[in-house]
Amino acid sequence: MSSSVNAIALKSILHKEVHRFMRIWIQTLVPPAITISLYFVIFGELIGSRIGQMGGYDYMSFIVPGLIMMSVITNSYSNVASSFYSAKWQHNIEEMLVAPVPNWVIVAGYVGGGMARGILVGLIVTLVSLFFVDIQIHNIWVIIATVCLTSATFSLGGLINAIFASSFDDISIIPTFILTPLTYLGGVFYSISLLPEFWQGVSQANPIVYMVNAFRYGFLGVTDVSLTIAFSVLGVFIVTLYTLAMVLITKGVGLRT
Amino acid sequence: MRKALEISNLKKIYKGGFEALKGIDLTVNEGDFFALLGPNGAGKSTSIGIITSLVNKTSGSVSVFGKNIDTELEAAKSYIGLVPQEFNFNQFESLMRILVNQAGYYGVDRKTAHERAEKYLKKLDLWDKRDNASRMLSGGMKRRLMIARALMHEPKILILDEPTAGVDIELRRSMWEFLKELNQQGITIILTTHYLEEAEMLCRNIAIIDQGIIVKNTDMKSLLSSLNVETFILDLDSKDLADHSSIELTGFTSRLVGECTLEVDIDKSQTMNQIFTQLTDLGINVKSMRNKSNRLEELFVNMINQSHEAAEEK
Ligand SMILES: Nc1ncnc2c1ncn2[C@@H]1O[C@H](COP(=O)(O)OP(=O)(O)OP(=O)(O)O)[C@@H](O)[C@H]1O
Ligand SMILES: [Mg+2]
Repeated sequence: MSSSVNAIALKSILHKEVHRFMRIWIQTLVPPAITISLYFVIFGELIGSRIGQMGGYDYMSFIVPGLIMMSVITNSYSNVASSFYSAKWQHNIEEMLVAPVPNWVIVAGYVGGGMARGILVGLIVTLVSLFFVDIQIHNIWVIIATVCLTSATFSLGGLINAIFASSFDDISIIPTFILTPLTYLGGVFYSISLLPEFWQGVSQANPIVYMVNAFRYGFLGVTDVSLTIAFSVLGVFIVTLYTLAMVLITKGVGLRT
Repeated sequence: MRKALEISNLKKIYKGGFEALKGIDLTVNEGDFFALLGPNGAGKSTSIGIITSLVNKTSGSVSVFGKNIDTELEAAKSYIGLVPQEFNFNQFESLMRILVNQAGYYGVDRKTAHERAEKYLKKLDLWDKRDNASRMLSGGMKRRLMIARALMHEPKILILDEPTAGVDIELRRSMWEFLKELNQQGITIILTTHYLEEAEMLCRNIAIIDQGIIVKNTDMKSLLSSLNVETFILDLDSKDLADHSSIELTGFTSRLVGECTLEVDIDKSQTMNQIFTQLTDLGINVKSMRNKSNRLEELFVNMINQSHEAAEEK
């Protein structure tokens, strides 16, 4: 198909995806704002003041980037996982499957939708944090690049999850048992340099550590890991997950009988 | 004449080993109005699924207007409009959005898509509902919405899988009119149905499929003329039946079903008069009479039975 046909198809999927999470904004956009406010009240005001400094910054400033990243990750992932799975479940995914939409456009459309929600929630959460802390910016490009690549990674993850899922339970298992632990242990709340050496080594196998640290670098200029490695990890994840998603959709796993 | 659809030796074995299609061949010419008939589980939806790439085939080939689905899938897809058997809308999206997005997947820009959506929603009497979520529609309205959705990219071939299932008689007739109109505009139409009257009314050519095999593929006219036996149901006067334990009509196959109902098979060489003469001689009055069923239905049942017998003999 010609590129303008594909562009219109892509725009239609993006349109549909953005409209979906905007329509249910109470479920999609409000909860992250409430959650982060709670984190600020508890960890920032109540407990944070007793913790003192972390990585050379007061605790609240230290955790802000991680908290933003956490909401970007969960929202990108769950947007694509639930949207794609419910399209499968209601069979309206067939609308796309019968049309001459190339598979890469389907992937790009859903991932784009997940990124849109991830980034929008990231912005909302950032705005909310401004009520609690002054946010400084060390390098805006690192911030933008990290947030885009991270939300792309987790959107792809959510898509793959939804492709395999055969019940609504299946799209909550991975977030609950894998994503949440990895995020909490991903250096959102602490600098991994505080950990015993062994656990520092283990943490290096956690991809979220790299994303959180690169993102924190963008704000504070401090990081536990090298940026080159952080971006390489993101790159490898995106390429691998994208390839996997394409193979699965092309084969029709979970989509065609 | 161009071939709108060409299927050859198409086989489908589902996971788990069930052979739903055992090698079917089918050709539909451009401009045709084609019926695919068969009992539940015959393989109609499976065939349609393969043509529209919702089902992976096991072997065989399918071309749509000369575009093979293995080599030129996207081109083949762009010719087809599909009205599936089961509702497959996003429950929460409005009618307008469903239509405009669907057009978008085929590369129709939003402005044109809005114009077309308006045209078809009005045409199919859904315009008042355009901003409603699709789940708020009645079953018949959902069927019509599926037709509108299939037309958004102006397909050359429209495939409808039981489009009138669960649709009331009045609406069914208006749907028929609409489909005829589309066919007159040059759109090739293939439909599956369980309402045999529907196929007889609309279609020029017909294929009958059973247990994954095409058992008959012909034009409607010769199919109907090949039909030479009809069954009539006669309601007899119960008073007259008192002295008859059974009724034999010479030259006819007949059977008493129920107290005073007689079924008689009549072939083309026979006349109704012969029946009435014999019944009069027996002193039996006929109170009313009707056709047992649609002729096509009769034929259909016979044909399916024959194919089952043939399969058993193998
Ligand atoms: N996903 C599937 N997995 C296994 N078997 C299937 C699957 N889909 C259909 N079948 C089987 O294939 C056969 C043909 O089914 P199909 O849906 O094509 O029938 P149909 O002719 O459309 O029937 P109906 O008139 O009831 O819609 C049936 O025996 C059915 O059970
Ligand atoms: Mg069917």
